Amino acid sequence: MPANAYAIMAEFETPAATLSAAYKVREAGFRNWDVFSPFPVHGMDQAMGLKNSKVGWFSFVGGCTGYTTGMLMIWFMNAIDYKIKIGGKPMFSPFSAFPPSYELTILFGSFGALLGMLFLNRLPRLHHPLLKNRRFALAPHDRFYVVIETSDAKYSENETRRMLESLGSRHIELVEE
Amino acid sequence: MADASQGVLVPGHPDLRVQGPPIELEREPLVNNTRGPGWISDRIASVIEGPTPRWWKISFGISVVFLTLCFSMILWLMSTGVGIWGNQHPVMWGWAIINFVWWIGIGHAGTLISAILFLLRQRWRTSINRAAEAMTIFAVMCAGIFPLIHIGRIWLGWWLFPIPNSNGIWPQFRSPLMWDVFAVSTYFTVSVLFWYMGLIPDLAVMRDRAKTKIRKFGYGLFSLGWTGSNRHWSNYEKAYLILAGLSTPLVLSVHSIVSLDFAVSQLPGWHTTIFPPYFVAGAVYSGFGMVLTLLIPLRRLLKLEDIITVRHVELMCKVTLATGSIVGYAYAMEFFIAWYSGNSYERFLFFQNRAADPFIIGPLFHIKPAPYWWGFWTMVICNVVVPQFFWFKKCRTSMFFVFFLSILVNIGMWFERFVIVITSLQREFLPSNWSYYSPTPMDILQYLGTFGLFFTFFLLFLKYIPLIAIAEVKGVTPQADPHHPLGGAKIGEKH
Repeated sequence: MPANAYAIMAEFETPAATLSAAYKVREAGFRNWDVFSPFPVHGMDQAMGLKNSKVGWFSFVGGCTGYTTGMLMIWFMNAIDYKIKIGGKPMFSPFSAFPPSYELTILFGSFGALLGMLFLNRLPRLHHPLLKNRRFALAPHDRFYVVIETSDAKYSENETRRMLESLGSRHIELVEE
Repeated sequence: MADASQGVLVPGHPDLRVQGPPIELEREPLVNNTRGPGWISDRIASVIEGPTPRWWKISFGISVVFLTLCFSMILWLMSTGVGIWGNQHPVMWGWAIINFVWWIGIGHAGTLISAILFLLRQRWRTSINRAAEAMTIFAVMCAGIFPLIHIGRIWLGWWLFPIPNSNGIWPQFRSPLMWDVFAVSTYFTVSVLFWYMGLIPDLAVMRDRAKTKIRKFGYGLFSLGWTGSNRHWSNYEKAYLILAGLSTPLVLSVHSIVSLDFAVSQLPGWHTTIFPPYFVAGAVYSGFGMVLTLLIPLRRLLKLEDIITVRHVELMCKVTLATGSIVGYAYAMEFFIAWYSGNSYERFLFFQNRAADPFIIGPLFHIKPAPYWWGFWTMVICNVVVPQFFWFKKCRTSMFFVFFLSILVNIGMWFERFVIVITSLQREFLPSNWSYYSPTPMDILQYLGTFGLFFTFFLLFLKYIPLIAIAEVKGVTPQADPHHPLGGAKIGEKH
């Protein structure tokens, strides 16, 4: 094994083959591995044993922040800092303050979802060993890759390669760091 | 592909036949000719990678001319004042507000396609959502210009935002106009976020196919190092679902709040509770009109007929029919309530100031024709009669006819806002205050100018950004389904 190998990469041509390969890799007890596909494959999260994504929490916190910000801001501006009496209406009413607060809930919640997704995925990232690999450029096009990192405790070059071959991959290569 | 009605022979099991659904239950595929994922990337990317077509250059040139017109008119307005427009007492809201409501309504179809149809699991949305979302963003930009320049002193536009200023005054949140500021700016921001998130995997496709250094850098930078990892997809899909879930109440609220600008006032014709749902339906209706106007020529010019199929056009026609009929119902209900309420101002407005034409209703009831009776009837014909053609499959499948009707839809919805804004204002409570509104050439040129802004951005979008969501379209093909024979599934294999 070259000293600078990052991972072993096996190419598959159909989502079905990739899905069954993912089941086997997971059953074999690997931890530092991943599947790469041009689109999200139905059932792959289950095959890989991924838990429900945590993005929802980021969005929830964002939404709560937005609503509170809106209500407090309007209350402070129109009822505390500069009061203007208009038509005998109350200085602060949750009803007239609701529409802007509602919009801020959505605004902050959406930022929470997008930024939470990027944070959980550790993106943006300017460099990735796989993105240097020429063959891997097909990943967003029409190929599927099962990648097992060399840092995985169960990794051994010959056995892992043999296992991936037995799963039906026709192209297996080592990816440089 | 084997004919499903005959049953599919299973290799290795000569006596086993898998029965497909009966032919009449079978759906037309979303991507024609069983195109696979590779073909989809190649086809959509070739729009960007191929030589720039002549029609693009010509239309871009024209658009830039109109864009220049747009900014020249703004400059004229800034240097002279809103007096160059036809706005006069009592019609203080002229074309600017009509155009604002019209453009922002157009945007609504994009969000409906990207968010509401996603939540409803309408897989056909994938072929059209990217272009429709781009349309949304550019339409909201055009819309945003109008209230901003309508305030007259544009350099004080920032007073609309809750920014501390030297006067120590804050915006007044009891006014629906302030709600509008928040609704529209949130709508724009969230639309951009949603659009960009959908773009990340497709920019990665473009990055990995890029041949030139500039493209590699540009697409590489904006794709944020996306690899297509399934661990990433898992978070991505969740975030996408949440954004769709947030955009749905957003899009419904935006036009509701726009309608509250009118409905919260006391004016007959504006002061109605039906406005929020009626405005939202009208917005979606006009937006689908614009999506059809844009996509019918594009699918032909860019040879995307396999991805934006006739079925897609038909489905869009059906949404147009549904929302157009809701709009028609709202018109009828407005008239009914005006009559049923017994309020003489409401009755006057709807019957004598809007509907009374010089040929039938006027002579029949011995009333003078309404000043803008032709605007009202253009609106009714384009918004109530025109969509009824979409009941017929023959009309829905004729691309030329659908294109023609979609233009009428756009015209009709512009006239709806015209009728609402102008007729209500020009005949107010005191007859001594009445006047006749007419736009100036500057009004018209400013409106035409925003088309330049819209089409300049839209054409640039076509040239540099994948106009169809590549990853999403791939995801709805049978080749992407691990349980479909085309996705490599074998009979008897268990997951």
